[in-house]
Amino acid sequence: MGATALRNGPSPVPAPIDSIVEVRGISKTYGNVEALRGIDLDFPRGKLTSLLGPSGCGKTTLLKIIAGLIRADGGTVAINGKRVSAPGPERAFVFQDFALMPWATVTRNVAFGLELRGTSKAEREEIARRYIAEVGLAGFEDKYPHELSGGMRQRVGLARALSVDADVLLLDEPFSAVDEQNRRKFQEDLIRLRTNQNKTFIFVTHSIEEAVYISDRIVLLSPRPGRVSQIIEPEIDRSGDPERIHRDRHYLDTVDEIWQGLKQYVE
Amino acid sequence: MAVSIRTDGEAAGLAPFSNRNTTGASWDQPILLRLVSIALFAGIWEVAGRIPVSFAFPTFSDTVVAFFGLLADGSLATAYIPTLQPLVLGVVLSAFLGVGLGTICGLWRTGEWLLIPMFIVLQAAPVAAFIPMVTFVYGIGMTAKTLAVMILALPVIVLNTYKAVRNVNESLLVMCRSFMGTRWQTVAKIILPDASPVIFAGLRLGVAAGFVGVVLAELLIIPTGIGDLITFHRSRADYAEMYATIASIIALSTLTLVFLQWVEVRVFRPESRGA
Repeated sequence: MGATALRNGPSPVPAPIDSIVEVRGISKTYGNVEALRGIDLDFPRGKLTSLLGPSGCGKTTLLKIIAGLIRADGGTVAINGKRVSAPGPERAFVFQDFALMPWATVTRNVAFGLELRGTSKAEREEIARRYIAEVGLAGFEDKYPHELSGGMRQRVGLARALSVDADVLLLDEPFSAVDEQNRRKFQEDLIRLRTNQNKTFIFVTHSIEEAVYISDRIVLLSPRPGRVSQIIEPEIDRSGDPERIHRDRHYLDTVDEIWQGLKQYVE
Repeated sequence: MAVSIRTDGEAAGLAPFSNRNTTGASWDQPILLRLVSIALFAGIWEVAGRIPVSFAFPTFSDTVVAFFGLLADGSLATAYIPTLQPLVLGVVLSAFLGVGLGTICGLWRTGEWLLIPMFIVLQAAPVAAFIPMVTFVYGIGMTAKTLAVMILALPVIVLNTYKAVRNVNESLLVMCRSFMGTRWQTVAKIILPDASPVIFAGLRLGVAAGFVGVVLAELLIIPTGIGDLITFHRSRADYAEMYATIASIIALSTLTLVFLQWVEVRVFRPESRGA
């Protein structure tokens, strides 16, 4: 069945020419649970790559290792050819639980990364205003997080990550705490945002539909221990109406193919 | 009855100012309700005084008259000078020292082991029993009273601050780290603002305890100030004056706590202002 194709290991996708993030031999063990084993991955510049897999496959751990928030037991991460082991200005993180400061306005939350870098108040608020508008929150600059819906809060989290002008955006299941309608809207906006912002996105999700819908490249991870089992590049035309993608033949086939592959890990 | 309990709590600064879960027209008028609560309290007091509950229990109206009498002859103002000096000094010192020590203990393991057990014992102990000892060592003066305020106020401030700093929102710490915040930035921009509601709860308890400390010291050993005025009127059986003095210090304590809440909402947690 579909599962057999998966056991054959990574599919023969040619190595990308220009990769911004290079992961080599990353492994991580928590106690006696092996979360990741020997991960080798390249993330092409300017593309959106999803890390997809069932819970326990170490996808969030891998993302946090790339972010420098978790230390790997072995292996290296290089950004633009430079080895990194701590957070840096070329990466920005979007958190699953938003991680917004409840006592700060939308503007201050969005400008927080710049505030930590010592950018002047006038300048960082100017930049923050621009990105608040970019994520569709114009008019909410002076609101506090508790006055916003879950979807709007995550837009604040996204604007904060965009405002520090990092090359790589790391998104850890950004829509998992957002309701379904807002998620659909947000995914469409993310597709649009990607074409405007010339950035590399690494996106963790457990939703197959979401991964196929927005990704240029999907890295399938298998659990216990977490390993790369397959890399898929869906050839979906995202230039037109984003609504149309959901009915695209190739979209539906890819979702089905991935599901057939992941089925074996779900009891 | 539920009405008066709720508004009392708010006046004492124990409940947040917001009235989110209230419905209906009268509930949207907190000031009106607070006034009703005060009137209800005064009315019950008046009735109890007229029964009378005890010959030593004056009516509300007699107490109000006595209060203005004390204001007019200047004895209240004179009594507050020696009380307020050690009280303000002790409370301010406790606030800064307490928040400082609590923060250090919350951030630094060694400090925690050194200091927290001592403050846990101090908080559990009936520290009022130390007041005679403090007087014995420092004599009857400003120092002894200030120390009496501090031994009551400091432990709760330290312990609340320590707990608040220790239980700071983990995901905000990670967020700050991911945007390359320094240690100092993390403390100033994440830990202290996040901890401020619990720190302020400790400050309110500490300030209230400071009032207890100064009055206790003045009633027990150091017969000056407000404590002395209470003792004096009791000895002369001027019960209305005695109650007026007691009521004045309760009112002052309450106003201080309300002010503290105002500062907290204004300066540290603007998002909780109104709703």
